[in-house]
Amino acid sequence: MIRALVALRSAAIVLLIGAIVLGILFPFYWAIVASFRPETELFGTPSLWPQEWVTEHYQKLFDERNFWVPIRNSLIVAGATTFLCVVIGAFCAYAVARLQFRGKAPILGFILAVTMFPQITIVSPLYLLLRELRLINTYPGLVFPYLTFAMPLTVWLLVSFFRQLPRELEEAGLIDGASRLRVFWEIVLPLSWPGLATTAIITFIYCWNEFLFALSFTLGPERQTVPVAIALFRGQYQVPWGQILAAASLATAPAAILIVIFQRRIVTGLTAGAVKG
Amino acid sequence: MHERPNHSTEKREARLAWAFVLPALSVVALIAIFPLLWTFWESLHVHDLRMPWRGNPFVGLENYREAFTEPRFWQALGHTLFFTAISVALEVVLGLILALALNRAYRGRGFVRVLVLLPWAIPTVVAALLWRFIFEERGIVNAALINAGAMDGAHPLVWFGHSLLAWTPVILADVWKTTPFVTLLLLAGLQNIDSTLYEAARMDGASPWMQFTNITLPLLKPALLVVLIFRTLDAFRVFDLIYVLTNGGPGTSTEPIALYTFTRLMNNLRFGYGSALSVIVFLVTFLLAVVYIRALGVKLTEKPQ
Repeated sequence: MIRALVALRSAAIVLLIGAIVLGILFPFYWAIVASFRPETELFGTPSLWPQEWVTEHYQKLFDERNFWVPIRNSLIVAGATTFLCVVIGAFCAYAVARLQFRGKAPILGFILAVTMFPQITIVSPLYLLLRELRLINTYPGLVFPYLTFAMPLTVWLLVSFFRQLPRELEEAGLIDGASRLRVFWEIVLPLSWPGLATTAIITFIYCWNEFLFALSFTLGPERQTVPVAIALFRGQYQVPWGQILAAASLATAPAAILIVIFQRRIVTGLTAGAVKG
Repeated sequence: MHERPNHSTEKREARLAWAFVLPALSVVALIAIFPLLWTFWESLHVHDLRMPWRGNPFVGLENYREAFTEPRFWQALGHTLFFTAISVALEVVLGLILALALNRAYRGRGFVRVLVLLPWAIPTVVAALLWRFIFEERGIVNAALINAGAMDGAHPLVWFGHSLLAWTPVILADVWKTTPFVTLLLLAGLQNIDSTLYEAARMDGASPWMQFTNITLPLLKPALLVVLIFRTLDAFRVFDLIYVLTNGGPGTSTEPIALYTFTRLMNNLRFGYGSALSVIVFLVTFLLAVVYIRALGVKLTEKPQ
């Protein structure tokens, strides 16, 4: 009797997880499959498995819409922001995690507060500032605004990584007479590359996905990032769903690849900062 | 034995610490705090980029008065609170159920973890488009409903044309995109709970429900609170999702406050008025955070043991 109940319960759990897995996957499946359907088969009562597979949407995406441009823009902006944040943020995070000085707690609180405030609140001054500096519709004109959310995020993630490093090695270095700076440079940084890489990946994903700033501070297709380009796709007579879904499938690719490779590290990085606090 | 650090090493360490901290801090101050002050200053002026000849005269709190007397502002605020309350509630409950289930399952956990991260990692714009496609007039949801006989095939439902029904895809898309992340955080919280507590409870004859209410919930409280704060503040600034899914429509019936502010700023180019709206959004967010932190007593910046 009890065994039957236990079996029933684990069957229920398996069913529940199965249903949720399906629920998560279905929109992806539906969009990817649809991006290979001919335009006429997109709507109505399409079959779960297409009768005919075509690649015309992808071809049009690159031939007619020049989708390489937004991909290039996104890579440059997200890459530059991530690089700046990790380089500058690593020093700050190490000091907060390890060094003794007054004002540590307020700094961390301040950084957390900035990660939480809504982006829309600084769109107007940033626009005026970028206009004054003639940086609207340029790469720096996106990288600077991106630092507002990416820098606090990077520091926050790195602080929890540095805190997890064993203190003993640093102390050994200090006792041997090395300066703090040398300890940081020669012992801590080489040890923490997994943390730096994970932080870089998470920051990159956030920048790749950003929409509001990219929408506000670009003017035309030549500097639009991938999310903005996709959101503004318009056809002459109707919504070009085939191309939209093809582009959407491509836009998910970088994140999907990074996650499949680094899932364990990403999960640790995301949860360490939040839950152990 | 600890050597007593002498005064000068302490000082040197503090100096190094500030040298390490200052670049990042000044970047954040320069590009986040300074603009925030600027927004406030803007909000006290008329600044219409389409009418540069008007200059930007100081008008005191006039922009705020205009906002508070405009029905569309209150509607947008209401929509935002409605969206936040419903989607966060759904996400926390579903996330908790899923985390409890995953905490039990040992096989396939890695696979589920990859899966759970996918919706979180894709651009919100893409998530919105996937759900827009699913809920289009001749899309799969209507096709399924017609097939099941729940809908008349000649008159399919126009989800995005109905002021209340339009919320369905919006909230579903948000739940789909963020519940996985909530699950991850809660799962990490669950895994921190000492399993011997459950063994002891079982020996004492506690039912699974009693174990849940007496062990799981109290010990999961910190993780739950963190999730609640993050999700509430995140949902309150919703923009991308609705911009793409409904663009606030039909009419303005799904317009959140961030989208309304954006419209006034970037479409109407009324920077003074838009800045006043921005300040209001900021203050409400700030208030929400303070209420949460006060009422629930969370210490987000506490050191891990």
